[in-house]
Amino acid sequence: MKDLVKFRPWLPLEDRDACCVPSEFITSGKLSLQYGETSAFKDVSLAINKGCITAVVGPSGCGKTSFLLCLNRLIDLVPNARVSGTLTINRQDILSPATDLIRLRRQVGMIFQKPNPFPLSIRRNIEFPLHEHGVKDREQRAHILESTLREVGLFEEVKDRLDAPALSLSGGQQQRLCIARAIALAPEVLLFDEPCSALDPISSGVVEDLIAEMRGRYTVVIVTHNLAQARRIADYVAIFWTQDGAGKLIESGTAAAVFESPTHALTAAYIGGARG
Amino acid sequence: MSCILFPFNRDRIFIWVLRGFAAIAGAIVVLIVVFLLLEALPALRHVGILRFFTDPSWHPAEGFYNLTPMLWGTLFVMTGSVLIATPLGILSAVFCHFYAPRDVARLYRRLIGLLAGIPSVVYGFWGLVALVPFIGAIRPPGPSLLAGIVILTIMILPTIALMADASLANVPQQYLRGAAALGLPRWATIRGIVFPAAKSGLFTGVILETGRAIGETMAILMVCGNVVQTPHGLFDPMRTLTSNIALEMAYALGDHRAALFVSGLLLMAMIVALVIAAEWISRGRIYG
Amino acid sequence: MAESVGRNHPRSEWLARAMVWSAAALVTVTFCCILGNILWQGLSHISWTFLTAPPRNAGREGGIGPILVSTGLILGVCLSVSLPIGIGAAVLLSEFTADDSVFGGLTRRSLDVLSGVPSIVFGLFGNAFFSKTLGLGFSILSGGLTLACMVLPILIRATEEGFRAVPQDYRLSAAALGLSRTTTLFHLLLPAAVPGLLVGLVLGVGRAIAETAALIFTSGYVDRMPASLMDSGRALSIHIFDLSMNVSGGDANAYASALVLVAALLMINSASDWAMDHWLQRRIVFA
Repeated sequence: MKDLVKFRPWLPLEDRDACCVPSEFITSGKLSLQYGETSAFKDVSLAINKGCITAVVGPSGCGKTSFLLCLNRLIDLVPNARVSGTLTINRQDILSPATDLIRLRRQVGMIFQKPNPFPLSIRRNIEFPLHEHGVKDREQRAHILESTLREVGLFEEVKDRLDAPALSLSGGQQQRLCIARAIALAPEVLLFDEPCSALDPISSGVVEDLIAEMRGRYTVVIVTHNLAQARRIADYVAIFWTQDGAGKLIESGTAAAVFESPTHALTAAYIGGARG
Repeated sequence: MSCILFPFNRDRIFIWVLRGFAAIAGAIVVLIVVFLLLEALPALRHVGILRFFTDPSWHPAEGFYNLTPMLWGTLFVMTGSVLIATPLGILSAVFCHFYAPRDVARLYRRLIGLLAGIPSVVYGFWGLVALVPFIGAIRPPGPSLLAGIVILTIMILPTIALMADASLANVPQQYLRGAAALGLPRWATIRGIVFPAAKSGLFTGVILETGRAIGETMAILMVCGNVVQTPHGLFDPMRTLTSNIALEMAYALGDHRAALFVSGLLLMAMIVALVIAAEWISRGRIYG
Repeated sequence: MAESVGRNHPRSEWLARAMVWSAAALVTVTFCCILGNILWQGLSHISWTFLTAPPRNAGREGGIGPILVSTGLILGVCLSVSLPIGIGAAVLLSEFTADDSVFGGLTRRSLDVLSGVPSIVFGLFGNAFFSKTLGLGFSILSGGLTLACMVLPILIRATEEGFRAVPQDYRLSAAALGLSRTTTLFHLLLPAAVPGLLVGLVLGVGRAIAETAALIFTSGYVDRMPASLMDSGRALSIHIFDLSMNVSGGDANAYASALVLVAALLMINSASDWAMDHWLQRRIVFA
């Protein structure tokens, strides 16, 4: 059984490897979201670099999750939601009505706060989306199943009961299954909405380690209000805060810059624990 | 539900009164079975159970009490209507939840609710004056198994549609969101995730509608022709166990009357079997 | 949840969409045919005289006055018997019975079976028990008591739901204040559970009025104005049945009677829908 608790050496932020040559992959220009009359967030202009882990942090209610929902157009499911501004992924405008949502959501995967495996077997949870996205060959699906389960460290734990219900797994295992399910579609971007907040500390650590290992292979955007977590795994940080009744992006930059030498007074207060 | 101890005496008397009421309510079913048995006993004694299935035909005047033509009638009309109403009803619920704009869905639900409220005698009447002549024009005589199946389908459709609607509403939103995030198209989501999640509710709905189909009397009586014969084709007139009772009870005496009560017992047995099946399904596995 | 998906619809998605819309269209068209037919044929015969005059010429002419009275009386008997027993049983089951008690389980199961019993079997039972054994003969009383048996499970289930909706805190604070269970029940819980009760009442009334098979052998066919509860009386549903099956040329009045019955039921169902939407959180679905 995989070693559940792994102690990462805590390097000072400047000493960590650079994740990549910074190249913009996701760009939002003055992105604003309104739910009916209320503003969720306003004028968010953020650049997210390819292959890097970007943490979106801030106290609850300042639009972080809503921002995430815009990135894969899941915001369309919310009635009364209106998005304005620009949002491009790999230089393609994803807010245009002509966007192929199915293709977008294959390329941009999402993992939710509460693990939500389907009420099917473990095997079907991963193979069903694969089948729907065109992987008709059974052997190929089985191969992808095994490799993604290995990637999230679940294979050894569940290889003897792949046809057991996914809901019989523990919370941490379910969340890892959801990650495997998203990875199986070979996305380029992975969105995490507070993936560890519903898990116990040990599972939380396992999932966090998993996310950290994605550096370089996926572009990760992770919403978290756990500053220590952001400090541990993020390459870039974006700070959201509520101002004038709407969420605003008040600061963004490399993790080192934001944590060690924040420019905004609120950021300093938030990081220091004095606010939020 | 709440088991807080009660120290007051007044409460004790009151509770016994309530227990009496609940006992009455619970005893009714037993009473029904007992009285059915009492009335059926003469036939069971004089005629014997086997003859209810082996006599040459159902002809009480000559002492023949074969129930099988009516039993087949009940089974055929029940199977036909359940086979048609189930997909229509489930698709109706899917329509309301996943395909219709909100206002259309609201109107459609109200329509189904209205359909559920129309009494069977009105359906039978419409069948008699509109459906039967129409079928008669295609192939005489008109009153037939087909007419029974069509009317019964219309009558049990709201049952399965409303149950399916409730089951689909109970599917957790997070499954739908997860499916959307994975880029799964609508019908794939419904087929692969929503239906398995709503399985037990859907099965219960099918059981309920089957029970309703077995028990329906008036509409069948009015459109099926009431000829005692095992139907060999859709256009044959026939009788069900229920319409048989309704038709002959008015003038049945002695063994004939008791034989009708035997068919009543047969109906009860079928219903009890269905209720047991429903309990077993809904208590059983939550998903596959 | 009706969101628009991307451009590349595989064939199965279009097929599914067509299937679903066709099913809905088929059901809608059928319903409009039936209701439209009844409305069109029946509306011209409805008038105040129709609603109050007695039937003449075996119902081909005249009205449905006595029949409405009989229907009302049967309903009255049904409710006055089933309401106290039903509420009492529901109160016992939800308030004074442990979840795992044998008595409670048995009662609930027998009520489940009762709710599935076909109406003709109720007719048989009513005939055997009320008409013959208790000697009530073909009478309004007999019919009303039989209907009470049919309506009981519906009432009990809905009232139980009403009690279940009352928060547990009410009971705990009442007990903490030293109030007896009876007092708590009558002054706190019953008023709070009234919505569920009303829903059950409306559903039960709807079921009772629509009933035919259970009444043919218990309350009979007589279409005169009943003089007492022991008189035989014809319910509206039976009148429709008789006019359409046994009386040639009775179709016109049958249409009108059917329209009256459907209109009454539609009003009752709308009332129950409104009540459920406004008061009860969950929807109670019946066969």
